[in-house]
Amino acid sequence: MEQPSSHLRIKRAEDVSVVEFADRKILEELAIQEIGEELHQVVDCEPSIKLLLNFKNVDHLSSAALGMLIRLNKKVKEQNGDLKLSDINRQIFEVFKITRLNRVFDIHDTADEALARFQA
Amino acid sequence: MTVPSEFGVREADLVELVVPNDLRSVRRSEARIINELARCKYGADVTFAIKLALEEALTNAVKHGNDNDASKRLVVRYSITPRRTVIMVRDEGHGFTPNRVPDPTSDENLERPSGRGIMLMQAYMTRVHFNEAGNEVWLLKENREERPAWTG
Repeated sequence: MEQPSSHLRIKRAEDVSVVEFADRKILEELAIQEIGEELHQVVDCEPSIKLLLNFKNVDHLSSAALGMLIRLNKKVKEQNGDLKLSDINRQIFEVFKITRLNRVFDIHDTADEALARFQA
Repeated sequence: MTVPSEFGVREADLVELVVPNDLRSVRRSEARIINELARCKYGADVTFAIKLALEEALTNAVKHGNDNDASKRLVVRYSITPRRTVIMVRDEGHGFTPNRVPDPTSDENLERPSGRGIMLMQAYMTRVHFNEAGNEVWLLKENREERPAWTG
């Protein structure tokens, strides 16, 4: 079941919500805010959500985008959900490493690997 | 607004833009700089680093320096050669003290949603220089392979 939205493409893989980004650059403040709001709504609808963010279309992001992801991660954890990130390219992963956020987020090389790791 | 001497660029080589403090104008000035990097055939990693640092510098200036006030302006100065890029961003704010910004990579700050902009600029640029007031930042990126680094 695919839900169209301006910034996100959301699909279902069994009991996991898989989100891909429509924007290659998660940079602009307004877009980040809208993405954040859309993702919070997705989490609101499913309290113990299993959520996978697939970064395959993303080739640039900013610290504001990292802040949005941190807030989302916190919300998912508070609701006993599970958030995973996948398909982060080398340059973007370097940003996660430099900021030590690779220790905060559950990051996998591919969506398939991430999907296999969600607890039943 | 004097270019730091160690940045290896003369005042006369700098292009100056006066940018209204709104997103569209800021994006246009960014695009101009990114196009110039492409024209000088900068590689993917150096371009990524400059785009990131520039985005952080402009966002800080628009949001914090100029309080998101659309009536204010930024001054952007830049010099891009195949050897190095120098970019300056100046806002109309009163400034701040860069070394008082907490380290966002420390355990107690790691999950704070904000406070990473300056750290990313410093990690990805060859050099970063703030004026005394803190309302003007100079970024230098040598066009060579440099792993981003942050020691806190």
